[in-house]
Amino acid sequence: MPSERLEVENLHLWRGERHVLRGVHFVLGRGACLEVCGANGSGKTTLLRTLCGLIYPEEGRVLWNGENVRRDLPAFHATLAYLGHEPPLKSDLTARENLHYWIGIRRQLVAEDLTAALARVGALPFCERQVRTLSAGQRRRVALAGIALLAVPLWLLDEPATNLDAEGRDLVADLICEQLARGGMVVAAVHQGLPPSVGNVTRLELAA
Amino acid sequence: MAWTWFHRLASPPHVYALAARLTPWFAWPAALCIAAGLWGGLVLAPPDYQQGDGFRILYVHAPSAWMSLMVYMTMAIAAAIGLIWRMKVAHAVAASCAPIGASFTFAALVTGALWGEPMWGTYWEWDPRLTSELVLLFLYLGYMGLRAGIEDPQRADRASAVLAIVGVVNVPIIHYSVTWWNSLHQAPSVMRLAKPAMPFVMVAPLLLMLLGFTLLFVALLLTRLRSEVLARERSASWIREVVSA
Amino acid sequence: MSGLESPATRTLAPVPTPLVRGASRARAARSADAIEAARLALLRDLQLAFRKRSQLIQPLAFFAMVTLLFPLAVSPELSRLRELAPGVLWVGALLASLLALEFLFRDDAYDGTLEQYALSGQPLTALMFAKTLAHWLLTGLPLALMAPLAALSLGVAPAALPGIVAAVAVGSVTLSLIGSIGASLTLGIKRSGALLSLLTLPLSLPVLIFGARATQLAIHGAPYLAPLELLGALAILGITLAPLAAAAAVRINLE
Repeated sequence: MPSERLEVENLHLWRGERHVLRGVHFVLGRGACLEVCGANGSGKTTLLRTLCGLIYPEEGRVLWNGENVRRDLPAFHATLAYLGHEPPLKSDLTARENLHYWIGIRRQLVAEDLTAALARVGALPFCERQVRTLSAGQRRRVALAGIALLAVPLWLLDEPATNLDAEGRDLVADLICEQLARGGMVVAAVHQGLPPSVGNVTRLELAA
Repeated sequence: MAWTWFHRLASPPHVYALAARLTPWFAWPAALCIAAGLWGGLVLAPPDYQQGDGFRILYVHAPSAWMSLMVYMTMAIAAAIGLIWRMKVAHAVAASCAPIGASFTFAALVTGALWGEPMWGTYWEWDPRLTSELVLLFLYLGYMGLRAGIEDPQRADRASAVLAIVGVVNVPIIHYSVTWWNSLHQAPSVMRLAKPAMPFVMVAPLLLMLLGFTLLFVALLLTRLRSEVLARERSASWIREVVSA
Repeated sequence: MSGLESPATRTLAPVPTPLVRGASRARAARSADAIEAARLALLRDLQLAFRKRSQLIQPLAFFAMVTLLFPLAVSPELSRLRELAPGVLWVGALLASLLALEFLFRDDAYDGTLEQYALSGQPLTALMFAKTLAHWLLTGLPLALMAPLAALSLGVAPAALPGIVAAVAVGSVTLSLIGSIGASLTLGIKRSGALLSLLTLPLSLPVLIFGARATQLAIHGAPYLAPLELLGALAILGITLAPLAAAAAVRINLE
């Protein structure tokens, strides 16, 4: 991954009459993490979804490797992993089956990779149960396994440590560190900030 | 250079002012044409040899039916422009067209039913034109229902734009299938008027009414558009200037 | 890192170990292609439907109920029912197909999996086509196989049955496609059942007209190829255009 950069220039976005994003501007290089902080309703989720290309900003651009992502959105999507508030899991499938479909649609996958990822997040004990029987924290662990499995340079995480205990929060920090060490990039929306074990962090404050 | 008028058309304050200026230019000629057409159709034109005076309702029915289709096309084109170029004003135009088009469709149905009674002895006949009009009414109602059902205004604009485009593709298919269905089941409808056989004195008021209805549509559209723009931009600064002026 | 490690004994590795190792790393560089993605999406929806078998049966039970209503409401005379049969079968099929649309996209929109489809880098049109195909396999095709039973109960001669199965099978393809557009448009609306019907039924009228005509001709023993071909043409038009419209509607509702 030679020169991957995420640049955001002067993003302005209105939701109805609210000016949610007011001139958001940053550059993220390899191995860097951006922590997006702000109170509820300050636009953290909106910013992440605009970075994904799901929302179209009224002004400003998102650039990946110097090119406007709008020019080839599917190619951009292939380089990112987005984790929203809810873990994207079907409750009637098991954790393993969920990952098989979710990740399999995006890249070729073998069973060993699935098992390794589930083990990494500590989800092996419950990976053969239907997701409807899992707690919120367990579901989030499975979702994190999926994000890591995607093996993409850019991670966009919306409050990744929600519903996780202290050990789970450490897991999130570890996964982010590993991603950064591989030369990847992470943009994480958080309430209270990432744990200090994550290095190379820039903060972006969004005012409500 | 040539694009500046296009860009200005995309600006709500400009469109608001333009609509205000243009409305009388359509409203008065519309009134004149409709008055002249009604006079020509109701007074001047001789009674039809087959249907007597009952055919005169054609002078309201035919333009209404024609306009109901034209308005749907306008709505779909405006919606497509709004969808592709992300112009808020185009979406406002589409939103303004819908109730006007639905009203024309309703008028066409009512006048068709009123015509049916003296002609066929029944208020409703499943002939292809009336049935197509009824389906068109449901298409309008579906469009307005979708707009009303989605809370986020931008999403409502864009989703209903997709629906309008899908509808426009379907309208010829529906019309063809309804005509085909009808041809299997009934004798040709009495409503068919052979155009070459109509003398000028009967056709002229019809054309006048058609022109008048078109001008009426534009006048109504411009008026509704101004309210639509006002409602959508209610928190913008230019509104305060306009209101205080 | 063995699979038997419990979370309590996991230690922080000094060097980050990649989750994708060795030979599979080469595979990771190759993303799945669109057809593989569509195949997985189809399999997923089929597997999900079979986990909730009770929900799967409901549209078919509804179709059977509707067929039962007419003899009770009109007359038990088979000759009269035979005249009504095309209408009963097709109105029943139309309404049953509508019922099944609810779970086409709704759950996916709520749990975020539809969003992941839109972000997968795969053509959303292909994924929507896969979902619609799943809907047809789970609703339209079973309806086509049930239609002979309903037709027989309405006094239709057995010779007409192949024509009826063909007509319902082909027509229900278009019904699923039109339904997918309506379902995608109303994703964000709660309790959208009535609105979904209002949007879908007018667009489904051509299918109803040609389908009922084909069924009627089959019942009377006349050649029914012409309306069947028209149904096929509608299906092809739908396959080409409907997934595009559905994908556009999904993206709009994700904004």
